[in-house]
Amino acid sequence: MNLEELQQIAENSKQERAKADFEINVCMGTGCLSQHSDKIKDELAREASVSNKRIIVRRTGCMGLCASGPLVFMEPINVLYQHVTPERAKEVVKSVEGAPIPELLCDLREHFDDQVHVVLENSGRIDPEKIEDYIGRDGFVALLKALTEMTPITVIEEITRSGLKGRGGGGYPTGLKWGTVAKAVGDMKYVICNGDEGDPGAFMDRSVLESDPQRVIEGMTIAAYAVGASRGFVYVRAEYPLAVSRLSTALRDARRRGLLGNNICGTAFNFDIEIRLGAGAFVCGEETALIASIEGKRGTPKPRPPYPAVSGLWGKPTLINNVETFANVPPIIRNGGAWFANMGTEKSKGTKVFALTGKINHTGLVEVPMGMTLRQIIFGIGGGVPEGRRFKAVQTGGPSGGCIPEEHLDIPVSYESLIGVGSMMGSGGMIVMDDTSCMVNVAKFFVEFCMGESCGKCIPCRAGTAQMHQILAKICNGEGTYADLDVLVDLCSVIKETSLCGLGMTAPNPVLSTLRYFRNEYIEHIENKNCPAGVCACGSREIEGSVSGEVEVHA
Amino acid sequence: MSPTATSVDVKTLIINGENVSARADQTILDVARENGIFIPTLCHLDGLTDVGACRLCLVEIKGSPKLFPACVTKVEEGMEVDTNSERLVHHRRTILELLFAERNHVCAVCVANGNCELQAVAQTQGLTHVRLPYRVGRLEVDTSNERFVADHNRCILCSRCVRVCAEIEGAHVWDIMGRGINSQVLTDLHEPWGASSCTRCGKCIQVCPTGALFDKSKVGVSHPKHPEFLPYLNMMRDGQ
Repeated sequence: MNLEELQQIAENSKQERAKADFEINVCMGTGCLSQHSDKIKDELAREASVSNKRIIVRRTGCMGLCASGPLVFMEPINVLYQHVTPERAKEVVKSVEGAPIPELLCDLREHFDDQVHVVLENSGRIDPEKIEDYIGRDGFVALLKALTEMTPITVIEEITRSGLKGRGGGGYPTGLKWGTVAKAVGDMKYVICNGDEGDPGAFMDRSVLESDPQRVIEGMTIAAYAVGASRGFVYVRAEYPLAVSRLSTALRDARRRGLLGNNICGTAFNFDIEIRLGAGAFVCGEETALIASIEGKRGTPKPRPPYPAVSGLWGKPTLINNVETFANVPPIIRNGGAWFANMGTEKSKGTKVFALTGKINHTGLVEVPMGMTLRQIIFGIGGGVPEGRRFKAVQTGGPSGGCIPEEHLDIPVSYESLIGVGSMMGSGGMIVMDDTSCMVNVAKFFVEFCMGESCGKCIPCRAGTAQMHQILAKICNGEGTYADLDVLVDLCSVIKETSLCGLGMTAPNPVLSTLRYFRNEYIEHIENKNCPAGVCACGSREIEGSVSGEVEVHA
Repeated sequence: MSPTATSVDVKTLIINGENVSARADQTILDVARENGIFIPTLCHLDGLTDVGACRLCLVEIKGSPKLFPACVTKVEEGMEVDTNSERLVHHRRTILELLFAERNHVCAVCVANGNCELQAVAQTQGLTHVRLPYRVGRLEVDTSNERFVADHNRCILCSRCVRVCAEIEGAHVWDIMGRGINSQVLTDLHEPWGASSCTRCGKCIQVCPTGALFDKSKVGVSHPKHPEFLPYLNMMRDGQ
């Protein structure tokens, strides 16, 4: 495929759209689909076909506002309907040119207006199973530009100029990583896309793969060209069947169009991508464990160095980036690194996708420029805490991060600022908690998660998280002592400093951050055997976690 | 490294204030041991690949707040290593406490008493008591093999048996199943040891640092282990 052919496909796609006067987009992401948006789409298509109007009814990926699903977006009248049911299909079709149906209308300017969509620019706008839709919205332009106008070095320079950092959580500069893999010597190199999104409350990568899978393929292919790789793998959770199926379709279509495989776009560049399914281990999100898993081995981490950039998959130089990182690549190449670097803060550039969950009105996916304050995200875009309750804390970075209390809500969101308050960016999950949450119990929940997900290779993580969990269970049950608290703090420092991989190193963070900001709750449990939030049944339950049978449940 | 090699890359570094020299391919642990500097280990064994799992050999390197496992960290020119700081001693003791509290490690009734590496390391680190509650699990004791016994209650999951079986014997009978605190070594696909594809070579018995794997004929008598054949065997196999 060359630029003219690509433009032809884009043109055809546009003409196809121009034939219709109206477009009805139905969200068929996992969230809306779980509420039968497929039936709504079928109903709408049926009604549209008998309506004498020229209407396109399109399946799309996630529109972001999962709390209000199933969502239907109408163009050109620019109306978003929420909580649509199949029974209302007739009315919805009728309203394409009339007045909108008031009770279905979702008018949330404060939710949408402050967002900046780069990664999600096509989400909810294109049919994820139609490569023509993607091409119609500048898809693969960046790949062609890279392959035909840029050298691998200039591609890396552009990424470096953009200031893009790894979106999986670590925040390692992407350009630097690409440069290292490009310089590494090897007859074979690999590119891996990490889609093993395992944090509780995080669904950014799933949504991108479901809504815009071609974008990830394009990003990976550009990366492969830049570092000199010829094979790629997308490691995605088996728990994401829809993402896997849409990605498979996208890969097949890309191959058919000559956008993957040998002599991509008529150049000498060869690259193809395979999918590997994760078997449900959180630790496989750690790069060395992920590589072991792709190799068919037990998914356990290895000490680094050597880093995957030098010795990764099957001992060859390997580039590993997260789904969202790759999804940022096409617009950067298309618009230039400087464009991207214009957004965000001094050290954290661009935008970040966050998954808002927990006690928040507008549960769903948002994309905001770096540097927006947590308060704006939670109370502005997120619509605040429901039922008039009081905000207590937000957990960022999942089980590896920490909770941030009200007093720090005005910090601008960036990699550095979140670490500064004892949490981390992580992959982008934000779990909002109100005054009905007990922070000791929250810490116990995350430690229990890490305990169940520890691979068991190194002792501090394997046995340490289990001991931490036991102490936290004791405190929650009103049986804790100050001596327990001392041991807990001591264990935290040992586990943090001696664990083999990131899972263990960050497992104590939820405990440390709740101790930092909500120490009084721990004291209340210990001193007065009382849970201020009324969550823990102090003194009335058996100690959990000491018998292996209890632990088995989470394994 | 053959003596005729023309360019042997030599590094000099400082360990605990002592100037030492090393080949570029050596680890901190290799060099420390050569120079009589003790660093405790449990998963490391000369002759097997290193996995960096037991975390006892962690050392401090000047200029980095991180700790580095000596068994897999290669030497670098001018490196300043501290193997015995207050922080390291504290962390090592806590790691040992975690090990002792994880499963049943009652020396008085153990076949390896007096010949146990876990016991020996605890003594060198001055571990006198464990602050953590014992988890008192009750795991299986596999006596199905006609010569050997696997007592999972005494296993510290160092994976030496897994590595010696795969790397030296070439049978790969042992592996690890489950995860986290429920991890356990297993033979084949969780077959009883006696019914597994085990070759009865006994190498795993010799490398096991505790009384988890032992010889039935040694019950009630002293059961010293002899893993020192490994480096020699490797050398002979390499034809040197």
